[in-house]
Amino acid sequence: MSVIKRLSGLLMVFALLAGVNNAYAVIETYEFDSVEQREQFSRMNDVLRCPLCQNQSIGESNAPIANDLRREVHRLITDEQASDSDIVDFMLVRYGDFVLYKPPLDARTAALWFGPLFILLIGLFVLFRVFRSINFSEPDEKMNQQDQETLAKILGGKQS
Amino acid sequence: MKRWTLFLPLGFFLILCTLLLAGLFMEDKTVLRSVLLNRPLPEFSLPVLEEERQVTQDEMKGQVYLLNVWGSWCPACKAEHSQLVNIASDGFSIVGINYKDSPELALNWLSHSGSPYLYNIQDTDGRLGLDLGVYGSPETFLIDQEGVIRYKHVGILDGKVWNEKVKPLYEMLEEEAKL
Amino acid sequence: MIPELGLLALILATCLAILQSILPLVGSFTGQVRWMQTGKNLAIGQFFMVLLSFICLVYAFLTNDFSVSYVASNSSTLLPVIYKITATWGGHEGSLLLWILTLVGWGMAIALRSEKLPLVLSSRVLAVLGMVSVGFLLFILLTSNPFTRILPFPPMEGSDLNPLLQDFGMIIHPPLLYMGYVGFAAAFAFAIAALIGGQLDSAWARWARPWTTVAWVFLTAGIAVGSWWAYYELGWGGWWFWDPVENASLMPWLSGTALMHSLAVTEKRGLFKSWTLLLAIATFSLSLFGTFLVRSGVLTSVHAFASDPTRGLFILIYLLVVVGASLALFALKAPDVRSTIRFGLLSRETLLLVNNVVLVASCATVLLGTMFPLLLDALDLGMISVGPPYFNTVFVPLAMILAFALGFGVILNWKHNSTQWLMSQVRWIFVVSALGGLLFSLFYDSRFLISEALAMGLVFWMVLAMIRDIQNKTRNTGLLQGVRKLKPAFWGMHLAHLGVAVCFIGVALSEGYSVQKDLRMAPGQMAEVGDYAFRFDGVSRKNGPNYVSDYGRVTAFRDGREIGVLNPEKRLYVVQQMPMTEAGINAGLTRDLYVALGEPLGDGSWAVRLYVKPFVRWIWFGSILMSLGGLLAVSDRRYRVRVRKKISQPRATGASLAGGQA
Repeated sequence: MSVIKRLSGLLMVFALLAGVNNAYAVIETYEFDSVEQREQFSRMNDVLRCPLCQNQSIGESNAPIANDLRREVHRLITDEQASDSDIVDFMLVRYGDFVLYKPPLDARTAALWFGPLFILLIGLFVLFRVFRSINFSEPDEKMNQQDQETLAKILGGKQS
Repeated sequence: MKRWTLFLPLGFFLILCTLLLAGLFMEDKTVLRSVLLNRPLPEFSLPVLEEERQVTQDEMKGQVYLLNVWGSWCPACKAEHSQLVNIASDGFSIVGINYKDSPELALNWLSHSGSPYLYNIQDTDGRLGLDLGVYGSPETFLIDQEGVIRYKHVGILDGKVWNEKVKPLYEMLEEEAKL
Repeated sequence: MIPELGLLALILATCLAILQSILPLVGSFTGQVRWMQTGKNLAIGQFFMVLLSFICLVYAFLTNDFSVSYVASNSSTLLPVIYKITATWGGHEGSLLLWILTLVGWGMAIALRSEKLPLVLSSRVLAVLGMVSVGFLLFILLTSNPFTRILPFPPMEGSDLNPLLQDFGMIIHPPLLYMGYVGFAAAFAFAIAALIGGQLDSAWARWARPWTTVAWVFLTAGIAVGSWWAYYELGWGGWWFWDPVENASLMPWLSGTALMHSLAVTEKRGLFKSWTLLLAIATFSLSLFGTFLVRSGVLTSVHAFASDPTRGLFILIYLLVVVGASLALFALKAPDVRSTIRFGLLSRETLLLVNNVVLVASCATVLLGTMFPLLLDALDLGMISVGPPYFNTVFVPLAMILAFALGFGVILNWKHNSTQWLMSQVRWIFVVSALGGLLFSLFYDSRFLISEALAMGLVFWMVLAMIRDIQNKTRNTGLLQGVRKLKPAFWGMHLAHLGVAVCFIGVALSEGYSVQKDLRMAPGQMAEVGDYAFRFDGVSRKNGPNYVSDYGRVTAFRDGREIGVLNPEKRLYVVQQMPMTEAGINAGLTRDLYVALGEPLGDGSWAVRLYVKPFVRWIWFGSILMSLGGLLAVSDRRYRVRVRKKISQPRATGASLAGGQA
């Protein structure tokens, strides 16, 4: 049994090394003391990244290391009643920031976390500038007249 | 809008291209840098494969050595084996971590193909490996005489890596130790 | 011989493409009609050459010609015939050929339908398309030749197609996706032609718009199929993973969606001209950028092709030339097409601008998240991972802003509206939606989820706003008659927006209320998940053409009544010795029951994953509506401009269009 498991694990590693994608569901039958623990487990499975894989969470990967990490997460949850941040710290100490799919907010990642808001604000600022340059009193229709005429001419005068 | 703002997209694109160019020639992106670099070995107390005794991280201090994580189930480790034997025969010390392996299979393999190791730490359930941040074997650590991790290599330690990176560092650490 | 014929055809296609990128363009400047007219025939010739080449490759697959290295590494004698055909685009080289085929296919379609266009414009459009295909043809010839032989000792057996790709979803996913990616080349070529000519008017927008919409329809469908495929094939139960490769297809989609909306303003109101041009360039550039990401190995991804730095370098140089030149052209010539018209603050124009701002911000966010790890690594600041938790956090609010703006956008009219009128329009809709979302979340499930309440409120908001708009548009004529009078473009718009609302329902409810259990199940054992009960009936051995399968049987019950049998599978593909899961799915309008098989645990027990996913199907159902909406909009009569009888006229208008270049 364990030999078979190991073999398939090996194949997995080879497959990854060869650049071939491998993906099949990881389903394990860990027991938990409570629903909360089960939910915590699946939450951590999604947040932690498999260090060996080409971009899979440990919950998605069948690589041996992902199996080990899941087992470790399970142990931390059930034996040590670890909180989410305890588990994250445990992993960070061993594998570094790479293992975390949700990067912590610090000086390096500030641009990442505030970037979207910043971009949106720039967009709104440009919008504001556009509006300020517009004369709102009466929407002008004559400006478009010439354009419409060109359109009508090109399209053979059949369009409304 | 000022005239120069029209050049912003081009500027942004050129920056992006620079980044992509850097990305193309960056070293292997599947190799993680160890966070344990320049930190002492984690605590452990594990049996030695070849003898009836336990070993802890403190007992291992006092000399420079390579710490090689391997298993008899790991084909890449077997491919690395002859290189390790060469390194050991040149007088460098290698301690093995027999990672997630059965002692019989491991001893079998060593007696069959010769052991480059001073001794092997038996890490059957992979706990030490986990604490060392091992994610794919073989992995090789360089430990200084204070028991601090000074270098880590993931994958097969081939002649090039050994001669160009690990060996000079090893020799430098030995020099340091003598002072 | 056949593979060599394919290669020869590719080389000939390259020659034609080079001619196509020079002759019509030069002709458009010197006014030589003959030269300009070559564009059409060259485009047609190029298409048939690439088609011939593609057929040669398919033929090599069908005849198991393992002397062709690409065939040997992507096929085997055991592979079913249908997958031998689709294996043609199962690897890097072949999928690149398919990409080129769709590109020149679009080129030919434009060439054939461009007779109504001013000759100067159409010849420039075709020349730009020619340049684009020269790059890709050189790429495939120089770095990724699919016809390379293994001689003199060809292998007896191929190493089989990656089992992940042996699936219906994979048959149609790449062609759809490529049609979308490459389709934006049309908008791009139109934009470059307009910049060269220095003129852009409503007629231009009317020509460029249907091509863009069709490309967008394909891309939408392609992404949806990919997501659906991941859902039933991978056994994770997810439908979007924020993988770099998925992001590579999402970015052009977001910017293409923005382009479609901004083109609407450019056509109807002659506004946002330079912005539209920039979006057209950006959208196609993002398609190219996606190609780079997938094929260069710069980012690690589950889907990426085996990486090769030479290929990466080639595409990067290509990107630099094509996109760099386009953006430089834009920077220099955009002032010529500046629009000067005005509009009111409360107008559809404003809301479409808001739409564009949010969509572009979303696109930039995806780009930021995808590239950020690379940026930090390049600056030697350590390795981090940016994954689903990040993207969900930043993307969901953006989508919600977009949905909120959508409601205003469909109600507001062009040019100008009064605040008072708008308030009277949306007041009740707003109250009803807020209450609706709140009540829905209160009563749907025992848990109250604030994000689901918000999302459902927005669904009500969007749908009610659309209904209000239809009411407004039919007020004068009475509902029945009015509904008949409204144009397909109008219905297309609402259908696509309805698709957005339907998608929202699918995403919100399946993310919020899915129930999952991973269990050890012995044959005959029951398990309850949500309102459903599952009985595991055991696993039997089944043989497929090139795999052996553990074929599970699970019976689902609700309230004691049997409602279906699910057959999750675990396959082992013999040639590659690769295990694969096939989820067993009982699909329903309001929920999917989803079962995946894990490892055998001895004594007939298996690890089994049971899922109840409410409304998950609506995600793809919504995407279908969006695509259909796009098609309906394109079918509008105004895009089928009559071909004019007189020959002299296109010359004249062509010259008038070209007049701006001086």
